[in-house]
Amino acid sequence: MWDYSDKVKEYFFNPKNAGALSDANAVGEVGSLSCGDALKLMLKVNPDTDIIEDAKFQTFGCGSAIASSSALTELIIGKTIAEARTLTNQDIADFLDGLPPEKMHCSVMGQEALHAAVAAYTGEELEEDDHEEGALICKCFGVDAGMIERAIRTNRLNTLEMVTFYTKAGGGCSSCREPLEELLADTNAAMVAEGLMPEADAYIFGAAPKPEKKKPQGFIIPDQPPAPKLAPQPSAPVQIAMPALAAAPAPAPAPEPALELALEPAPQPAASGLSAAKEAILAARIIEELRPVFRRDGGDVELVDMEGSMVLVHLTGACSGCQLASQTLGGIQQKISEALGRTVRVMPVATV
Amino acid sequence: MTNPVYLDNNATTRVFPDVVDAMLPYFSEQFGNASSIHAFGSEVGGALRKARKALQALIGAEFDHEIIFTSGGTESNNTAVRSALQVMPGRNEVITSTVEHPAILTLCDWLEKHENIIVHRIPVDGQGRLDVEAYRAALSERVAIVSFMWANNETGTVFPVDGLAEMAHEVGALFHTDAVQAVGKLPIDLKTTEIDMLSLSSHKFHGPKGLGALYLRKGTRFRPLLRGGHQERGRRAGTENAPAIVGLGRAAEIALETLEADAARMTALRDRLEQGLVQRIGHCFVTGDPYDRLPNTATVAFEYIEGEAILLKLNQAGIAASSGSACTSGSLEPSHVLRAMDIPFTAAHGAIRFSLSRETTDADIDRVLEVMPGIISGLRDMSPFWSEQGAQPEGFNPEYA
Repeated sequence: MWDYSDKVKEYFFNPKNAGALSDANAVGEVGSLSCGDALKLMLKVNPDTDIIEDAKFQTFGCGSAIASSSALTELIIGKTIAEARTLTNQDIADFLDGLPPEKMHCSVMGQEALHAAVAAYTGEELEEDDHEEGALICKCFGVDAGMIERAIRTNRLNTLEMVTFYTKAGGGCSSCREPLEELLADTNAAMVAEGLMPEADAYIFGAAPKPEKKKPQGFIIPDQPPAPKLAPQPSAPVQIAMPALAAAPAPAPAPEPALELALEPAPQPAASGLSAAKEAILAARIIEELRPVFRRDGGDVELVDMEGSMVLVHLTGACSGCQLASQTLGGIQQKISEALGRTVRVMPVATV
Repeated sequence: MTNPVYLDNNATTRVFPDVVDAMLPYFSEQFGNASSIHAFGSEVGGALRKARKALQALIGAEFDHEIIFTSGGTESNNTAVRSALQVMPGRNEVITSTVEHPAILTLCDWLEKHENIIVHRIPVDGQGRLDVEAYRAALSERVAIVSFMWANNETGTVFPVDGLAEMAHEVGALFHTDAVQAVGKLPIDLKTTEIDMLSLSSHKFHGPKGLGALYLRKGTRFRPLLRGGHQERGRRAGTENAPAIVGLGRAAEIALETLEADAARMTALRDRLEQGLVQRIGHCFVTGDPYDRLPNTATVAFEYIEGEAILLKLNQAGIAASSGSACTSGSLEPSHVLRAMDIPFTAAHGAIRFSLSRETTDADIDRVLEVMPGIISGLRDMSPFWSEQGAQPEGFNPEYA
């Protein structure tokens, strides 16, 4: 079944602060039976200090919903209302050492209940809820149908590639391509019907993608001047698997500092049959291709080094410390493993 | 720790040790290809024939060549529906029910959306019984195939497939039944029915996983799903999975021998389980057709709590069951079967399925009856729809609902 962390199990089997709070002065209720999730959060707030002195919950929901509710109460007891306002669903998930992507909505429910309770205490109006969910489409990045549909509509997306750039969906293992295609075609068709998109622009399910043009030459090092040719050697293309390559001089100096370490001439070919340098170049290219996905979320990734089966990367911005980082890296890991023909492990490291 | 209690036999069953013993020689001794001449496979052909005969006996087929071995129930279902649409030119409609397994429903969704097939999904009543009048109304000479399950995997409700098949033939349509949950649990005698095609799966009756069969009545026009070699008389290409077929054969023999006695014993255990739960725990009820359902399946809906939480607590107590709840499946909708039966959301989310086998004992049932009341009351204490006075669904008014 689900791969719950030990902390989730602990907070499900022995939840703290479960039950009714008789002297509560702020209550937030979210969810409903039909959704399969419901949470009632009860707070006792000291009106003089605004400090949450006690909190209890009642939850209808699965194991992670109960654990998230209990974690929420633990996180806010002793905090002021102002401090509690800044709490996000990610804080709840982090407190529990992470939640499966399908279960992140449990932490969202906790955050919503807290907002409702704070609003009840301060007497302010709750903002309109635009939070809707659908079936989880992309398991690598935890993107559901509702979010993808909104992105398609708002940005008038009509290619799979753009959907991936805007939502990350399909940017990992890409096994969700079929449902993603269906969702894009259906949403575009609805937009055409509503007059929001000309019919000619709409994506048609099963539309053949443009064939990728492959150049019939050997390996190309990206963004680098071609290595100086040696007179007696035959002209390009260079054969990757030629044993002579290992004995060939090191490639031209790499302009990118991230590549420096990895481009040192390898004494012997790696297990993949490629030289360490070729492997590093391939890995760098894959990471480069995936960069737009990270940048869209305000983060970035770069290759730091490769040691044996380890591919070390540096995450910055919104990606560092992101709960989904491990899944994101899993996508990179798979692509690099496929390209190299051997299993590698992608590890985030601090700055070098 | 007491012995673990396995009550999820509709999901899959334990392969009987006898079945494993029968399979073992076909991995590393008689490992040859059944199509080869040499000694490495000399016994394989005979063993496959014996297994086919055993399955023929279990389902009461008139001829052993009416059985096509496949990779499982899903492949059999896909093969049957797609074949029928190809051999019935001019007919582009399919009739099925709202409570079928995804192996039928997802396929029908696809056919409807991408292959211009019209799909009629016949509803069921509150006990999961088919709306026969709606079925009659949907039948026409445009229908290529009717596919109804023999027994429902979630509630155990049995459809009267004999009669439904005759109705299909009145308009010249083919009739297929997904009998994955019925084979090995109910007596089946296909030669006395008008059923054209039937899907079954080995691992639902103590055989190995990854093997199933499609029964194809002699004379039924057919188009293979997989084309290639001559295996299964050209109807399903691909080298035979000999060890699994031998295992299925042995499992079929055991099922045929013990089916009657097992059904009586499982029915008694199931009834004791259901009555015990309903007596000990308030606000819960048994789902499905009380008069016609599988002897081994009990689905009980517990109100105001969620199924996955119950399953996690049961698992902690060493009891394996399953749930129609949304959270165990990754979607937000509870079981499509319980929703089709109009079971209220309050209960559908908390439905737990206990599915027994011939190995289930009195002590297993006692253990469930012992731990279940504590689990339910513990979770209800945490539920916003519950108070010390009992159920209070109106006392909870969420903001974002």
